[in-house]
Amino acid sequence: MELHELTIHELHDRLKKREISSVEATKALLARIEAVEPRVNAYITVTPDEALAAAEAADTRIAAGDVTPLTGIPVALKDIFVTRGVRTTCASKILSNFAPPYDGTAVTKLKEAGAVIVGKLNQDEFAMGSSGESSAFGPTRNPWNLECIPGGSSSGSAAAIAARTATATLGTDTGGSIRQPASHCGCVGLRPTYGRVSRYGVIAYASSLDQVGPLTRDVTDCALMLGAVAGHDPLDSTSVDVPVPDYAKALTGEVKGMKLGLPKEYYIPGLDPDVKKAMDAAIETYRGLGAEFVEISLPHTDYAVATYYLIATAEASSNLARYEGVRFGHRAEGAANLLEMFRKSRAEGFGDEVKRRIMLGTYALSSGYYDAYYLKAQKVRTLIMQDFLKAFETVDAILTPVAPTPAFRLGEKTSDPLQMYLSDIFTIPVNLAGTCGISVPAGMSAAGLPIGLQLIGRPFGEETILRAAHAFEQATEWHRHKAQL
Amino acid sequence: MKITRAEVDAVALLARLELTAEETETFTDQMDAILAYVETLNELNTDGIVPTSHAVPMENAFRADEVRPSIGVENALLNAPDRVEDFFRVPKVIE
Repeated sequence: MELHELTIHELHDRLKKREISSVEATKALLARIEAVEPRVNAYITVTPDEALAAAEAADTRIAAGDVTPLTGIPVALKDIFVTRGVRTTCASKILSNFAPPYDGTAVTKLKEAGAVIVGKLNQDEFAMGSSGESSAFGPTRNPWNLECIPGGSSSGSAAAIAARTATATLGTDTGGSIRQPASHCGCVGLRPTYGRVSRYGVIAYASSLDQVGPLTRDVTDCALMLGAVAGHDPLDSTSVDVPVPDYAKALTGEVKGMKLGLPKEYYIPGLDPDVKKAMDAAIETYRGLGAEFVEISLPHTDYAVATYYLIATAEASSNLARYEGVRFGHRAEGAANLLEMFRKSRAEGFGDEVKRRIMLGTYALSSGYYDAYYLKAQKVRTLIMQDFLKAFETVDAILTPVAPTPAFRLGEKTSDPLQMYLSDIFTIPVNLAGTCGISVPAGMSAAGLPIGLQLIGRPFGEETILRAAHAFEQATEWHRHKAQL
Repeated sequence: MKITRAEVDAVALLARLELTAEETETFTDQMDAILAYVETLNELNTDGIVPTSHAVPMENAFRADEVRPSIGVENALLNAPDRVEDFFRVPKVIE
């Protein structure tokens, strides 16, 4: 097997035994990037010099016997993570020349673990999108079918795993932005519980919903990546101070007696037949492993998308106020006064989707509309959270589809934002409730596109969903399927 | 119509965005459809429901009041679009 095909744990075993070096693994990955990037466009910035220097340092560390599971492993980051001295664009023209003066906490943790960062990945602009098409650096393409979207907003993070151009990646998930592209690209993607991973140094979209998480080739790698970046951070006042378990140890393969909830509101008549077929087969697989199923109700599911698009856009309109061309980012030429400079800089710097969400959020927060829209949404959010808390009184985890359909074609939904927003219907409730969810490969459509299943856990229940996901993975072959590029 | 072109123009000013006539028209149509969709929330009675602003219960998430290193003037100005000495230069705001 070629080096770029190896998982974190396979590569770690070889590095530890000194069968290969990190420099060799990194060079193999850089060669793979060069070969397939023109077709996939998963990267915004590739950093070969920095990566090879980090790989050499990792080899020195390994030779001294100082090895973590990530030492010498080539990883890549969604371009929403600020990286000291390396251009961080958030896939926006407004930040196309921004070189941060510091590393975010997740980046620092990866570097301390000895990971080799090979570049920054494409995404929807400011993480706003479900298809990877709203990047100022061009759309990312799905490695399984280059005419299809890879999902979003962590589009490059998922596509790089599927294209074998990164061993593991980090993304962010505000409304499903890790799980949905993971599902569409046939990889594993985990959104941890809100507060589990620090958001310090992650460019903010909707602060009460954003969360950092890994996208990987299998569940073991996912557990290793989460273990590396999880934990309390004094620099993020919303990060939660609870101990970080050994997630890899949770992967026992055992789900006998585990109670899995099937929410009746998720198994809707309009569900794509291929997705339905994959879900039915997954339920049978779990039954064969000894899991028990319980029908549950999450009665406010139908209101989640509307709630999300009010809360997320309101928070986005506030967070994106900082881009005005004064301290960093794009500044328009020739403005006569300060207000004109703000308006022109933002008009030139932001793309359509970002403008649309800023407008919607500003409207929802504006005088006279706050109670009718934003406050109402915050109250419905409470009802959605209560649905989950009630469900978790009877089940250990909840099994659902990730997305209503497999990946759709590029351009298919760009002119109808509401239809695009509805494609996140199964992931968004998790973000509103602040809990955790994982996407695992669970089937293929008739057209040859991957389909994922979602396991939702109770707050800080990552060990349970990782264990259930791992058991499914070991019982099936879906994670072994590869995109042909 | 939930929202008019004039309202979209007013919101654009609040949002510090300059929109073209074409953008105003498109956003009016799209925001109208989205706002009609979010009206479905009014089907729910939320009287007495406490709003959730944050999934994790927390209050007064303050750091200790202690001196810490900051990024410094050079780093703060590193990405300045227009720098003069140790300042960000902007169009004249005081006559």
